[in-house]
Amino acid sequence: MLARSMTRNGVLLGLFAVCTTLLIAGTYLSTRDKIALEKRRAEEKALLEVVPRSRHDNSMLDETMPVGPEAEGLGLREQKRIYVARSGSEVVAVVIPVTAPDGYTDAIDLIVGVNADGTVAGVRALAHKETPGLGDKVDIKKSDWVLGFEGRSLENPEPSGWAVKKDRGVFDQFTGATITPRAVVAATLRALQYAQANREVLFGDGDEAPVGGS
Amino acid sequence: MSEVSYRDLSFNGLWKNNPAIVQLLGLCPLLAVTGSVVNAIGLGVATTMVLVCSNTSVSLIRNVVSDAVRLPAFVMIIAAAVTCIELLMQAFAYEMYQILGIFLPLITTNCVILGRADGFAAKNALGPSIYDGFIMGVGFSIILLLLGGLRELSGTGALFANMDLLFGPGAASWKVVVFEDYQPFLLAILPPGAFIFTGLLIALKNLIDDRIKKRQDALKERPVKGAKRVRVTGTIS
Repeated sequence: MLARSMTRNGVLLGLFAVCTTLLIAGTYLSTRDKIALEKRRAEEKALLEVVPRSRHDNSMLDETMPVGPEAEGLGLREQKRIYVARSGSEVVAVVIPVTAPDGYTDAIDLIVGVNADGTVAGVRALAHKETPGLGDKVDIKKSDWVLGFEGRSLENPEPSGWAVKKDRGVFDQFTGATITPRAVVAATLRALQYAQANREVLFGDGDEAPVGGS
Repeated sequence: MSEVSYRDLSFNGLWKNNPAIVQLLGLCPLLAVTGSVVNAIGLGVATTMVLVCSNTSVSLIRNVVSDAVRLPAFVMIIAAAVTCIELLMQAFAYEMYQILGIFLPLITTNCVILGRADGFAAKNALGPSIYDGFIMGVGFSIILLLLGGLRELSGTGALFANMDLLFGPGAASWKVVVFEDYQPFLLAILPPGAFIFTGLLIALKNLIDDRIKKRQDALKERPVKGAKRVRVTGTIS
């Protein structure tokens, strides 16, 4: 009696598992391509904000260089990619991923666009967990603070000026939040320094892998 | 339980037995993602869809599964429904999917869903079960929306920001700035704000219920007096 009920219930649950798995597999297969497309689009959207379509004519998602945790100054925790924007054969800008490990809540993942002349094309926060209403102003959706980096370079201001105003730098901090902007300013500076140190590779022909890549 | 009136079901889901402010189920997502109206809509729609799917399938198989394996079977159905909806959301509302993040898969553990599956769909026919899932989802969503609206308004001074995440680029202009130059009220957006506003909503509901009850009692008293006399002479059944 007991064995029979166990068998019955076991088979029944097994059938359920098969049915639900089939259902999920079906949904997965039918949405897979669309999801891949959406992911790509979301990824590209941030890149295009930094280097708009009018400035380049290649697909940045397809022209990349691998870069990983070994890359000095970028603070990456995993393999990422540097995106190259070209107009014709000339590299107009590169978009460098950089992680600020010292955000208020957690590390902040950023991308920094660096123009061929060494100036900042744009900075965007891709992922962060900063306090809503205070630190989350690094997000372009909440505040245009990150636009303040555009046009800056290693000479403008001098490295000592690459800090928030509270630390005698030139960048605004937000009301009530100093740690977050401090982390972002430092990370942007490190990305610029990385771009300068690897200038040959990044803005050259793109045949070689950058330092720290694999 | 064979005769279920749709009117009772609606009243139950929307007011008397509202999953969010009466049963107090699914509080975790309720508190976590109601920082803005658009998040509330996203989670509300996802939860409602899961509720309808799970109630439908549970009602269909209610005579097949034995009591002993009922719960694992239900959980499997719910998990499958959530996974499918997560995939669909990823495909058709990718940014919303990113915002809801972990709270989308966590719908699986939302007690509203297992509660309705076991408490209602497992005992009722298909039609009422689907409707119950739908109306409970709507009841939950309304509270999400109210909370999202209240918190967004008091937290940022505006309403309906970022609606384009759900409704396409045209909706970007739906944002209504209610208070110009508003100093953001951080507490409202942070989790404590969610607790406070939920508490206020529950209090408001209880207040309204009290009022209604008092009014009904006042109406009842008169006929009761008359009825007593009738009973004296008749048989009490």
